[in-house]
Amino acid sequence: MIVLSSSTIAAISTAQGAGGIGVIRISGDKALTVADRVFKGVNGRSLSEYKGYTAGFGHIYDENERIDEAVALVFRAPHSYTGEDVVELSCHGGVYITKQVLRAVFSAGAVPAEAGEFTKRAFLNGKLDLTEAEAVMNIISAQSRSAARAALSCKEGGLSKKTDEICSALIDTSAHISAWVDFPEEDVPELENGRLISDFNSARAALNALISDYDAGKAVTQGIDTLIVGKPNVGKSTLMNLLSGCERSIVTDIPGTTRDIIEETVNIGNVILRLSDTAGLRETDNIVEKIGVERTRKRLEECGLIIAVFDGSKPLDREDMELLELVGGTPAVAVVNKSDKEQLADVETIRKYIPSLIEISAKNGEGLTLLAENVEKICETQNFNPSAPLIANERQLFRIKTARSAIDECISAIEEGFGLDAVAVALNDAIDSLLELTGKNAADTVIDTVFETFCVGK
Amino acid sequence: MGYEAGKYDVAVIGAGHAGIEAGLAAARLGCRTAVFTINMDAVGNCPCNPSIGGTAKGHLVREIDALGGEMGKTADECFLQMRMLNRGKGPAVHSLRAQIDRRKYSTVMKHKLELQKNLDLRQAEIVSIEKSGDKWLLETRMNAVFECAAVIVATGTFLGGKIYVGDVSFESGPDGIFPASYLGESIRRLGIETRRFKTGTPARVLKSSIDFSQLEVQRGDKPPVPFSYDTDSLGENKVVCHISYTNERTKDIILKNIHRSPLYGGKIEGVGPRYCPSIEDKIVRFADKPRHQLFIEPCGLDTEEMYIQGMSSSLPEDVQLDFYHTIKGLENALIMRSAYAIEYDCIDPLQLDLTLEFAEFSGLYGAGQFNGSSGYEEAAAQGLIAGINAALKIQGREPFILDRASSYIGTLIDDLVTKGVSDPYRMMTSRSEYRLILRQDNADTRLTPLGRELGLISDERWRKFNEKQELKRNEYKRLRQTVVPPSEELNDILVSRETSTVSTGIRLIELIKRPQLGYEALKAIDKDRPEIDSNIFEQVEIEVKYEGYIKRQEAQIEQMRRLEGRSLPKGIDYGEISGLRLEAQEKLNKIKPQNLGQASRISGVSPADISVLVIWLSQRKKD
Repeated sequence: MIVLSSSTIAAISTAQGAGGIGVIRISGDKALTVADRVFKGVNGRSLSEYKGYTAGFGHIYDENERIDEAVALVFRAPHSYTGEDVVELSCHGGVYITKQVLRAVFSAGAVPAEAGEFTKRAFLNGKLDLTEAEAVMNIISAQSRSAARAALSCKEGGLSKKTDEICSALIDTSAHISAWVDFPEEDVPELENGRLISDFNSARAALNALISDYDAGKAVTQGIDTLIVGKPNVGKSTLMNLLSGCERSIVTDIPGTTRDIIEETVNIGNVILRLSDTAGLRETDNIVEKIGVERTRKRLEECGLIIAVFDGSKPLDREDMELLELVGGTPAVAVVNKSDKEQLADVETIRKYIPSLIEISAKNGEGLTLLAENVEKICETQNFNPSAPLIANERQLFRIKTARSAIDECISAIEEGFGLDAVAVALNDAIDSLLELTGKNAADTVIDTVFETFCVGK
Repeated sequence: MGYEAGKYDVAVIGAGHAGIEAGLAAARLGCRTAVFTINMDAVGNCPCNPSIGGTAKGHLVREIDALGGEMGKTADECFLQMRMLNRGKGPAVHSLRAQIDRRKYSTVMKHKLELQKNLDLRQAEIVSIEKSGDKWLLETRMNAVFECAAVIVATGTFLGGKIYVGDVSFESGPDGIFPASYLGESIRRLGIETRRFKTGTPARVLKSSIDFSQLEVQRGDKPPVPFSYDTDSLGENKVVCHISYTNERTKDIILKNIHRSPLYGGKIEGVGPRYCPSIEDKIVRFADKPRHQLFIEPCGLDTEEMYIQGMSSSLPEDVQLDFYHTIKGLENALIMRSAYAIEYDCIDPLQLDLTLEFAEFSGLYGAGQFNGSSGYEEAAAQGLIAGINAALKIQGREPFILDRASSYIGTLIDDLVTKGVSDPYRMMTSRSEYRLILRQDNADTRLTPLGRELGLISDERWRKFNEKQELKRNEYKRLRQTVVPPSEELNDILVSRETSTVSTGIRLIELIKRPQLGYEALKAIDKDRPEIDSNIFEQVEIEVKYEGYIKRQEAQIEQMRRLEGRSLPKGIDYGEISGLRLEAQEKLNKIKPQNLGQASRISGVSPADISVLVIWLSQRKKD
């Protein structure tokens, strides 16, 4: 169901793959409250005290864990894009960080924005004119078409099979409660609390499995944007070629040969890496090479995984240290190359910045297994079951989490001694949330099941 | 054409449960009203079970009463036994059910119609309905022609009624009263599509031929609780019911003769209600079940007819005799009336809007089984809403629409006109998404102010209502303000109820909130409790205990109402809104939802389609 401006919505507003920062936009009555729950300003003031058009610097937290540093921009209704209270959190770019921040914002009470919803709200609040509205309509219908495609592929896929399975068990329980409640004069057996709780617990476990597979699943199915970085001639291209198993980049001994980012998709362990070999990170006056370097810096901030390559045969220099500083919070593996030569690099310094560190000789084809193990560990895919169904996006994840918390309420309603009617309310919320993935209606589905399963008369 | 017989503001065709509430409401709102019945002795007839209420249906009766309708009051006057069903299953699903004296019910209702100011009760079969300018002309079988501003069709199972008992079938209304054989054709001539539904009823058996000695007794509540907020007390229950079961032999006989069933033999085309299967249906569909429960219910105080609930059938009479006799207690039963199935004409309710008026026919309304529902209570609820809206329209007032969050009545009507039906529709608590709020105990709080605004609630009733609300508020305040000191007496109670003890003072409201406790448990330590209606305690306790769940549903309701508050103007051609998908265009054009919320519940209309409508609406507003 579409929610009309009653809820506070959030989404990543910067397109993925463009821009060095990621902006998470929160809009709605409670935008400031939600933002205050995740953003702690260094000046100690809460955003609710800010005037419109002001900015604050601070950190983003998910519960107690610090995720990133960020700038919060506060807009007060009606002087904002949507015409509502808006907070824009500008954090580091990159899929991983922005999604972490978005998830924290959802936990703090925002709901995922529907396709085109910011624009829609802007229009409804009179922030866009009529000609622009025409364009919005097109955007929305375009998005609904792709949403329909997405729903279709989701319907055929393992996820809907799995959620259908969980859902149909819940519907059976709900139908049983309904039959028992709506037909008291029939001998419909009462559901034992113990059985209910065990049913709910198994639904909960199944939902949990889906959720924990989500991050790992993305690494496995969609791949992770991975950058191979390092100063010129540390062996990035050799490593890349080793990884992809073919001569993909031009390899020479002259520093600065690789000028462009080269895309390659490789499997390492059970993870797909969407690899980019980059121009060496080096201050240069060569204009062609300069373009490549800047692009690299940008990409560093928004990628999902960094493979930072160092020359083990040389001491760390200023450029190496700059690189280490640049890695920041992005997940990274440090590859200390040229282990076949005498080792002069200070490995412990690297390890301070990048705990996951391996020493290899790319030229001799050594150390690949070690790299695979480290990548799997970082992506948390070691125990990943490849045939397990997967949540495709943050929106689905949100629905599944909503279902899980409704199930938690079912369990606590029973444990606290509430009647089955309270349980049924929470249960139907869980079913609704799961059915939303496939677009059916809970009440009708439950009632159909009552009549299919139970012999009830008036 | 016949002779001019008179003019009415509102004419109601049929004087069953829908027709009665429709006629009374219209007349009470000041419209000159006629109620036509095909047989003066069939007003308010209960041709199936001699009972009013039941799960969700009891909620409907309370809501009808809260709005100033008549069903609850009459059920109280004619009650034989009262039971609050689902006690112990949670307050949302408590439902009142009354065994009633069916003949008395009919007599009392008829008398109320006769006494009602502005209302003429007339025996006549309406054979045609025609539009004449902005009026409707109704013609009777005797050629009388009435001119009416609004017509409410509440024909029940009479319209094209046909009874089936095995190979035997004949045109008939319920209880052998003649059917309305001509009106259906006239309605179809208007361009309204009709369909066939069927329902059924079990046999009536002579009381003295039943051996009750081996049967389980089912008694009423002590003390019995009334339906109506106007009824002060009911007195004692007057009858008991009995329970028996089918067995293997019953099953054998039915299965051996199943080919003689008109339904299984394919003679009946009508769709029966899923919730009210015949005994042969139950046995075929649930073949594993060794036995089915049945209830033996008295039909009244001055009759020996007993109703065999749960055993409706359309098998031939000789088979009926055989299988009824297999049942414990009924071995020698004398069947006074046989079980039968009845098939009738009804409409696809998607043709109606939320006032129950036909979208295409101004001033024409439908109510009850004619709209595809089933059950006395569902019919009465629709009758009330159709009657109110017919009157309001004539008087140029705003339509009266109850949304899903306000009531079961609103849910029922929204389901009918928005989702449509594939079999006779029965109300169930599981049909409401807001059932912790739509309880039978608070129907007055929810609806009486609306009834008052309409003009259906008397001054006296309004005074009593406000008094009760005041007492409720005070009681809340008392619970919040009263601090109970820790004491051995209190802790003894807490221990005995298996909840944690207290060592400091605790507010009464915190104690009531605990699921293990309640007014009953805390009697001894709650010394200053006022002497007020126990219904107030009940409401306060539920609202305190379920506060979290209620708040959650209130939040959902608020969201729902935002969409509900955005009305869609009449006469939109959705085909011209290019952003909508084809399926959505077709469904929207067919159902003509009155607001965005209703549109969002139509199957085939996606959230994206709703977004398009939102933008289209806003754009239109600016133009």
